Amino acid sequence: MNINATLLAQTIMFALFVWFCMKFVWPPIMAALDQRKKLIADGLANAERAKHDLELASKRSAEILREAKEKVSEIVGNGEKRASEIVEAAKVQAKVEGDRIIAGAKAEIDQEVFRAKEQLRTQVSSIALAGAAKILGREIDAKAHNDLLDKLVSEI
Amino acid sequence: MSSEAHTSAEYIKHHLQNLTYGQLPDGAWGVAHTPEEAKAMGFWALNLDTVIMSLLLGVILMFVFRRAATSTATGAPSGLLNFCEWAVEFVDSSVRGSFTAKNDMVAPLALTIFFWVFSMNLMDLLPIDYVPLLMHELGVPFFKVVPSTDPNATFGMAIGVFLLVLYYSVKMKGVGGFVGELTLQPFGKWGMPVNFLLEGVNLIAKPISLALRLFGNMYAGEMIFILIALMGGTWAGVTLGSTTLYGSQILLSLGWAIFHILIVTLQAFIFMTLTVVYLDMAHQEHH
Repeated sequence: MNINATLLAQTIMFALFVWFCMKFVWPPIMAALDQRKKLIADGLANAERAKHDLELASKRSAEILREAKEKVSEIVGNGEKRASEIVEAAKVQAKVEGDRIIAGAKAEIDQEVFRAKEQLRTQVSSIALAGAAKILGREIDAKAHNDLLDKLVSEI
Repeated sequence: MSSEAHTSAEYIKHHLQNLTYGQLPDGAWGVAHTPEEAKAMGFWALNLDTVIMSLLLGVILMFVFRRAATSTATGAPSGLLNFCEWAVEFVDSSVRGSFTAKNDMVAPLALTIFFWVFSMNLMDLLPIDYVPLLMHELGVPFFKVVPSTDPNATFGMAIGVFLLVLYYSVKMKGVGGFVGELTLQPFGKWGMPVNFLLEGVNLIAKPISLALRLFGNMYAGEMIFILIALMGGTWAGVTLGSTTLYGSQILLSLGWAIFHILIVTLQAFIFMTLTVVYLDMAHQEHH
């Protein structure tokens, strides 16, 4: 246990080891640690951002869904409106058509009535003539009494 | 117990003697074979065991850390790398805790100190007779395997720290500032001699306390290991006394070794922390 030159040797070794550590050990390990720290921080930040993005995306998808629903109901509404319009229009048209048909029928009936009247009138006049002839016992000269007959016919 | 050592005193002496290389009384250079020869060598002698062990441990440490440093990947670390990174972070955080100035040297210095001192202390846990016995077989008369039980080693490191303290004191405050710090406080310029005495003692106490604390703890621990080892050394056949002593030695060695793990780590940590604190004080512009 004597103090001797070991003291100096130890100091020199100490200095060398410290120098080595300072030069070749500490900086690379520290750099690697910092790098890893940064990597982890970046990873966490990315995860956070991804989460945020996901949130936004789900919000957006919900919105799109909602919009789509709205649109669908609008379209359905439109369709219903359109359908009722078509039905309404068809009703109107049918009514017009019906009226037209009714009018046509009426006209035809009138015509028919008129014709029947005409016929009837003619027949009545001939019957009247025949009646008169019988009554008179002789042939009435149709030609001679044509004007009389015509007058009669128009009177009926 | 070495076969050469016949009495307890010789055994203890043998275990506490460094392997010293120097000039022998006959003028030739060689290894001292007795404590007296070693003492006679004076200052210009080298404790080969201390130098070899501390060099070996330091080189292994630096090799391990260098390997970790070159293989550090940014991915998940594993095994040795993980340990080294933990060590670096541990030292870094404890330096950050007690060192406020900016100096890139302090943290690597603290790392070196902690692990070097720790590994030197750790040699204390090697079974006390193995290495000396092995060396004896190889023809080496003494071998103290724990460098930190050699005051040369602890003072060597403390002097290194002290030089750094002086260097940074002067660098940070200038020669005038440093001299002023030593002489102008606490009593002002009229109390200069007293100031210088007080501050001088304060300054010198730093390396001395640093070295003696480590040396004292490790030396005392080693001493207790030696004393425990003596118990079984009185073996005199299978008798009740001998067997009891032998068993006690095993139990006590175990107990002391487990307790010593704490001391080993604690002393290394204290050495590191005090170094950092002293350097921090050297950087501080105070009063």
